[in-house]
Amino acid sequence: MVTFEVEDHDGNRQPIEAPDDMGLSLMEVLKASEYPVLATCGGMALCATCHVEVLQGKDGLGDATDPELDQLEGLPEMYDTSRLACQIRISDQLEGAVFKLRGEDQ
Amino acid sequence: MITTDICIVGAGPVGLFTVFEAGLLKMRCHLIDALPQVGGQLSEIYPQKPIYDIPGYPEVKAQELVDNLMKQIEPFDPSFTLGERVDYLAKQDDGSFVITTSDKTKVHAQVIVIAGGLGCFEPRKPVLENLESFEGKGITYMVKDPEQFRDKKVILAGGGDSALDWTIFLSDVAEKVTLVHRNETFRGAPDSAAKVFDMANNGKIDLILSSNLTKISGNGHLQSVSMKNKAKEEITVDTDYLIPLFGLSPKLGPIAEWGLNIDKNAIEVDTTDYSTNVERIYAVGDINTYENKLKLILCGFHEAALMCHSAFKYVYPDQKLSFKYTTVNGVNAF
Repeated sequence: MVTFEVEDHDGNRQPIEAPDDMGLSLMEVLKASEYPVLATCGGMALCATCHVEVLQGKDGLGDATDPELDQLEGLPEMYDTSRLACQIRISDQLEGAVFKLRGEDQ
Repeated sequence: MITTDICIVGAGPVGLFTVFEAGLLKMRCHLIDALPQVGGQLSEIYPQKPIYDIPGYPEVKAQELVDNLMKQIEPFDPSFTLGERVDYLAKQDDGSFVITTSDKTKVHAQVIVIAGGLGCFEPRKPVLENLESFEGKGITYMVKDPEQFRDKKVILAGGGDSALDWTIFLSDVAEKVTLVHRNETFRGAPDSAAKVFDMANNGKIDLILSSNLTKISGNGHLQSVSMKNKAKEEITVDTDYLIPLFGLSPKLGPIAEWGLNIDKNAIEVDTTDYSTNVERIYAVGDINTYENKLKLILCGFHEAALMCHSAFKYVYPDQKLSFKYTTVNGVNAF
């Protein structure tokens, strides 16, 4: 299991514990935790509605892929720490990370 | 005014299949969608995405499914209003409804079916003070008629294919075109990006890179747009129009004001027939919610079939509906 924190649109932070051996994406864990993540395309980096900002732990995530960057750069707001939750795999590298929800509220 | 039996709000896969199920029962349909083409999120967001859980198709691409649905409903000759958002709903004395769209198209129907998926796709808007007060007064999020911009000063914002394509196109129409992009490079089509850089080098357009929009100003109509670069230097450019092109995002929109029971942006329905709390209004597909709801296209198809059998009583109040298989009756057009 890995533990990281999620900050919602109102600034509230909560720890989330997720299995790191099931190949889940951060988007799937956020949806399962009932965060208002749209994830319109179902996790294929095609819609950018699962936009998150990595407030802590960016180094453990690896680089964004071209399709992910394509989507992020199409948004009105993109940050140096922006990622798509659907493209982040849950692994032990996420231990202690902090994500802020940036996608449109559901 | 357009007159029909069933007005379907949303022309995604479930909305399209509703036409087929309604057609089997001799009910005519008119579809409205905010997007300029049918197919909903399948065509707009992931046309090449393979789908594996449509019965009879081991694998089908999203756009192929939409194309096949269009072919399937051809015999029932539905009519369409595309590129317009549904705005108002007015109940008539006889229980029927008149829907009015954002472009003032009116549709009279005995039954309304909301098959709006995640909602209507609306443009993503930049965070700018007073943005909405300039909408329609210099700020527009799509180019419907390029002639609107002839001999005008236009600023486009964005770095995707739409921003590149419209910059190239409008450079031959507008008096002056400026493209603002937050980065130094474009991730759109390389050919288009190269052409935009060439046009900037030749002075045909102004290209402002590594900059974000910060402020809009005007007196009744947009007059200038300010932007700031990474060094925090701000410049202001006089303009007649600003076209932010940051893609589309689904929103429930005016449907939320129709008096329907809504839970977390989804419409609550009775699972016996997918009717809402308002008589003669149904909701099918991703836009409805009920216990154990699964947002699957095939579930939406099932909901459409049941819903049409329920709607029959409003369209043909004097007739009794008897269920028949298509294998017995075939698909009989009107």
